[in-house]
Amino acid sequence: MKQIVVAENLTKHYGDFPALKGVSFHISEGECFGLLGHNGAGKSTTLRMLYGLARVESGQLRLFDQPISLTPPAIKQYLGVVPQEDNLDPDLPVLENLITYARLFGIGRVQALEKSLEMLRFMGLDSKEDSQIDTLSGGQKRRLVIARALLNSPRLLILDEPTTGLDPQGRHLVWQKLRGLKAEGVTMVLTTHYMEEAAQLCDRLVIMHEGRVLTEGTPAELISQHVLPFVIEIRLPLDAIPIDIGDRVRAFGGEALPVMDGLFLYAREGNRLWQQIGDWGLPQHSCFLRPSSLEDVFLRLTGRGTEP
Amino acid sequence: MTGAFRVLNRHWQVFARTWLHNLMFNVAEPLLYLSAMGFGLGVMVGRIEGVTYLEFIAPGMVALSAMYSATFECTYGTFLRLHYQKTLQAILAGPVTAGEVIAGELLYGMFKSVLFGVVILIVVSTLGLVPAASAVFIPLFLILPGAVFSILAVCYTAIIRNIDQLNYYITLAIMPFFLFGGLYFPVGNLPDWVQQLNWLNPLYHSIEVCRSLALGKISPQLWKHVAVLAAMILVLARLPLRLMKKRLLT
Repeated sequence: MKQIVVAENLTKHYGDFPALKGVSFHISEGECFGLLGHNGAGKSTTLRMLYGLARVESGQLRLFDQPISLTPPAIKQYLGVVPQEDNLDPDLPVLENLITYARLFGIGRVQALEKSLEMLRFMGLDSKEDSQIDTLSGGQKRRLVIARALLNSPRLLILDEPTTGLDPQGRHLVWQKLRGLKAEGVTMVLTTHYMEEAAQLCDRLVIMHEGRVLTEGTPAELISQHVLPFVIEIRLPLDAIPIDIGDRVRAFGGEALPVMDGLFLYAREGNRLWQQIGDWGLPQHSCFLRPSSLEDVFLRLTGRGTEP
Repeated sequence: MTGAFRVLNRHWQVFARTWLHNLMFNVAEPLLYLSAMGFGLGVMVGRIEGVTYLEFIAPGMVALSAMYSATFECTYGTFLRLHYQKTLQAILAGPVTAGEVIAGELLYGMFKSVLFGVVILIVVSTLGLVPAASAVFIPLFLILPGAVFSILAVCYTAIIRNIDQLNYYITLAIMPFFLFGGLYFPVGNLPDWVQQLNWLNPLYHSIEVCRSLALGKISPQLWKHVAVLAAMILVLARLPLRLMKKRLLT
C-alpha cells in the first residue's frame, strides 16, 4: 500500500514548551487514520504540520513521497483541511465562501460554481446558499467547513476535531458523510477526543499523550492488547467501595483501575465477575457491566486511570 | 505571484459586496474636512500661494483619503482577518505561501488607497477645485503612498496582540502625519526642525505631489518626493512578511 504520510520522530516546541516529543506514524492510501488524545496532547500541532501552518522542527515528514519542512503550495493543492475552529469567511455568504475558496485552488469560475453547488448538496446545505455565515448553526458551519475542504477533490483530507461541539444528530450526520468519503477511497486523518468517533471511523489510530505516541493499532487490536474484554463500572464514591476489592479482583484474574472518583473492574469473564461482586459488598444496582472499548484503553494509557 | 492575486480575488469578492458602505465612509470624511475648513477657515485665509484656499486644500483631501483607506484596511481589516475571523489562516491552508497571503493584504490596501483617492479626486474636480490637466497623473502616483501606508499598517498590525493597540498607531503616527503634513497650511510655516522631520512623513510627500499635479506646478523638485516614497517602499518591503510570519506560522 502506498504511503501518503510518513512521520518520523517529529518534534516541536512553542517557546520552551515541548508540544511534540518525537511523534512517528504513517498513513496509507485510502485509510482513515486517527489521532486520539486529550487537549494539549499534540494532535493539532501534528495536523498543522501536515497542512503547512507549522514548520517541522526536527524529525522527518514525508507527504506524497516528498520531504517536508514547511508544506509548500504544490502539496497543499492536494489537501483538504478542516481546522479545529470554523474559520469560514464571515464577509461572504455560504455559496460565495465556497466559490472563493475554490478559486484559491486555481479552479475556473464556472467549475468553481458547479463544484460548490455539488458540495453544498452533498453536505445537505443546498437551502443555505445565500445565508450569512453567522446565521448558521454549529452543525451547519461544521458541514460547510467540510464542504469547503472537499472542493479541490483532495487526496488527503485532514480533519481536526470534525465533530467537537455538535449535537448527536449533527455528529452522526458528519460521520455518515465521512464514511461515504472513505468508501470513495479518500484518505483521511482526523483528531478527536471522542472514542466512539474513533471507533466508528478509524481503520487505525494512535493514542497521543503529552506530545508522544503511546500506542498504535486498529481499534480492536488496541482493546485486546491493553485491556481485558469486559468491564464493570462501579458507580460509587471511592470511600464507599470495600477496600479489599482490588485484591479480590486480582485473585479472580481481573484488574481494578481507579478512574477519577470511581473504580473500573476488568475481567476476561464479565458475567462471572458480575455474579461475584454482590458477595464482595458491591450492590449490582450501583454497577454497570459492558464490553471494554477504546475509552478503557485511553483511560488506562493516558494516566487518568492508574493501577491501585 | 499568481497566489497573491488569488488571495486578492477573495478581497475583491468582499469588496464587491461592501463598496457602497466603504464609499460612504471614505468620501464623507474628506468632504466634511473640506467643507468645514474650506468655508470656515477659507473665508479668513483668502488666497494662498496664488490659489484659493479650497484649491489649496483639495489635493490634500485626495492624499488624505488615500492614506486613510490603506491604513484602515491594513490595520483594522488585517487585524480582524488575522485574529478574529482567522481568514488568513484559512487561506494559508490553501495552495499559497505566507508571502502571497501578505502580498494579498498589501495589494488590497493599495487598491483601496488608489481607488478612494481617485474618488475624491473626481469629487473635487467636479467641484471645480482642480485647475490643471496634470492631475491625471495623480492616480498613477497614488500607488506609491498606497504601498507605503499599507506596508506600515501591516507591520504595526503584526506586532500587536490587542485591537485597542491600533489606537496608538492612529494617534501617534497617522494623526501627526495628517496634522504636520501641510494639508491646511504650507509646511514652510512650521519650525525648521518639524520641516526636517517631515521628510519622514509619507503624507507630506503625497500631499506635495498631489497638490503640484492638481495645480499644475510641475518642477524637478517633485522627483525628490517620489524618490523618498520609493525608498521607503524598498527599505520596508520585506518587513511585513517577516513580522507576519510569526503570527501565521509556528
